[in-house]
Amino acid sequence: MRLTQGTFSFLPDLTDEQISKQVQYCIDNGWAVSLEFTDDPHPRNTYWEMWGHPMFDNPDAAALMYELAECRKVYGDRYIRVVAFDATHGWESLRLSFIVNRPKEEPGFRLARQEMAGRNTRYSTLSYATDKPAGARYA
Amino acid sequence: MDGDGTKTLSGAERYKAGVLKYKEMGYWVPDYEPKETDVIAVFRITPQDGVDEIEAAAAVAGESSTATWTVVWTDRLTACEKYRAKAYRVDAVPNTEGQYFAYIAYDLDLFEPNSIANLTASIIGNVFGFKPLKALRLEDMRLPTAYVKTFMGPPTGIVVERERLDKFGRPLLGATVKPKLGLSGRNYGRVVYEALKGGLDFTKDDENINSQPFMHWRDRFLYCMEAVNKAQAATGEIKGTYLNVTAATMEDMYERAEFAKELGSCIIMIDLVIGYTAIQSMANWARKNDMILHLHRAGHSTYTRQKSHGVSFRVIAKWMRLAGVDHIHAGTVVGKLEGDPATTKGYYDICREEFNPMRLEHGLFFDQNWASLNKVMPVASGGIHAGQMHQLLDLLGEDVVLQFGGGTIGHPMGIAAGATANRVALEAMILARNEGRDILNEGPDILNDAAKSCSPLRQALDVWKDVTFNYTSTDSPDFVPTPTAAV
Repeated sequence: MRLTQGTFSFLPDLTDEQISKQVQYCIDNGWAVSLEFTDDPHPRNTYWEMWGHPMFDNPDAAALMYELAECRKVYGDRYIRVVAFDATHGWESLRLSFIVNRPKEEPGFRLARQEMAGRNTRYSTLSYATDKPAGARYA
Repeated sequence: MDGDGTKTLSGAERYKAGVLKYKEMGYWVPDYEPKETDVIAVFRITPQDGVDEIEAAAAVAGESSTATWTVVWTDRLTACEKYRAKAYRVDAVPNTEGQYFAYIAYDLDLFEPNSIANLTASIIGNVFGFKPLKALRLEDMRLPTAYVKTFMGPPTGIVVERERLDKFGRPLLGATVKPKLGLSGRNYGRVVYEALKGGLDFTKDDENINSQPFMHWRDRFLYCMEAVNKAQAATGEIKGTYLNVTAATMEDMYERAEFAKELGSCIIMIDLVIGYTAIQSMANWARKNDMILHLHRAGHSTYTRQKSHGVSFRVIAKWMRLAGVDHIHAGTVVGKLEGDPATTKGYYDICREEFNPMRLEHGLFFDQNWASLNKVMPVASGGIHAGQMHQLLDLLGEDVVLQFGGGTIGHPMGIAAGATANRVALEAMILARNEGRDILNEGPDILNDAAKSCSPLRQALDVWKDVTFNYTSTDSPDFVPTPTAAV
């Protein structure tokens, strides 16, 4: 399967040049860009691990692209995303979030159903990858 | 009749039993300076022949506040001058014979806090049937910060909705399940699953899907949630379907909303026809239960569409932001339903901005401060398709739900393919816009390029390439921007 979280997951994987343009767009809007990575892509896993802090005073996409290359060296077998934070009053949250690195195989999710009273069903979305301990997934 | 109708009377002269002109009773105060805490309404008035516009405006002020048709001595038991609404300005409508904009100020103490029902009972109450007017339309309102702060507003708001859904930087995509009526619960859920798996974020019940012989509401909820969860697992992405809880009574609506919560739905839906009080009750329920609340504006065109009589949708949008809904249908401009571009921009600004400056060319008559009330996500729905993506993004911006019903389900390769076509078109357009490309002019090229690696998009562009709805809008602004003179 292909995980479709993030703003551009329905397009072919972005090239570094395309990523750089999106990052520069964020920076030009005054947003702080940052990298996050995970080996647990559950849709409710909000807190991916941070690759350093958001770059609050960085004017140039090149700095983020350098960090992306570094991050890929260590965590190239995991999901990595670019996130952009807007501190403007009334927003104060993410403005853009898109995946820039994926594991080679994306095993996806199993839907577990528990039959309840009446016809009600309790659903759980379970990532096949997290059957293995953290660090040993996607190996 | 006492008085010569030219000046406001006072003291014994004013309260002698009999009938006075409204403008003599204190409802026309041309030198009045509205207070910061006043509610201000601007009405389009069409006086009957022989009724002058000042008297008509004063009558509207009177009938929407304290007045009755004759003098009453009991006025003098109250601080009646404070409670009288005051018409203070009357302008002829540009290029329209016999119509006037009347500005009326209301003291804040005339209104119960946090009650749209109370506000509307005054402002659009008896006055709309008043005989001396041929027609009356509420065009806009200025809601003072002191009043705005008595309302809770949208339970979720645009930012928190995006955080909950984990979707940023692009419009959300939805589709209304079609046919609107007649599908069984099982068949209905099939449409939901295909559309969500194919790439939409939301599917939606239509306004008139409640609990009919062909599909009981519980059956619909159960099959829809199977579809939502299955699509979520297939994509690894949060999905939702607006479960319409509109019903005959509040008890029924609460029961349906509770069931939606029990099943794990992230969003429910109500129709405007349930009424302002019911909407505020459901907003309270939604806030208590972390539920996104979608409002379908069913019924509004009966009173918003004609320019001479009724209530402008911009006022409804303001009331709904106060009342507290997270989504509201606000027009598409390019689709099949009424919507002039400038007027629609005005509606969108009301939903999404923290502060609306006066912009007559968008139909906004006042500065409006929203005092940090949550923002409402506008929904564009009705006769739109992937081939219009550049226009939609340019006109409506990023914080909007684009709903392609026929434009998803009518795709020649099926529902999932239709959904994929819309999602790819959207993401390609966002990517291009962020890269600095001129999407309005390059839009068709951007879509054609994206279609090279996405055959569902290619097919969507081919099937719907000639579909447009170019009709003249009935509701458009009366003011056009005046070009600044070159110095």
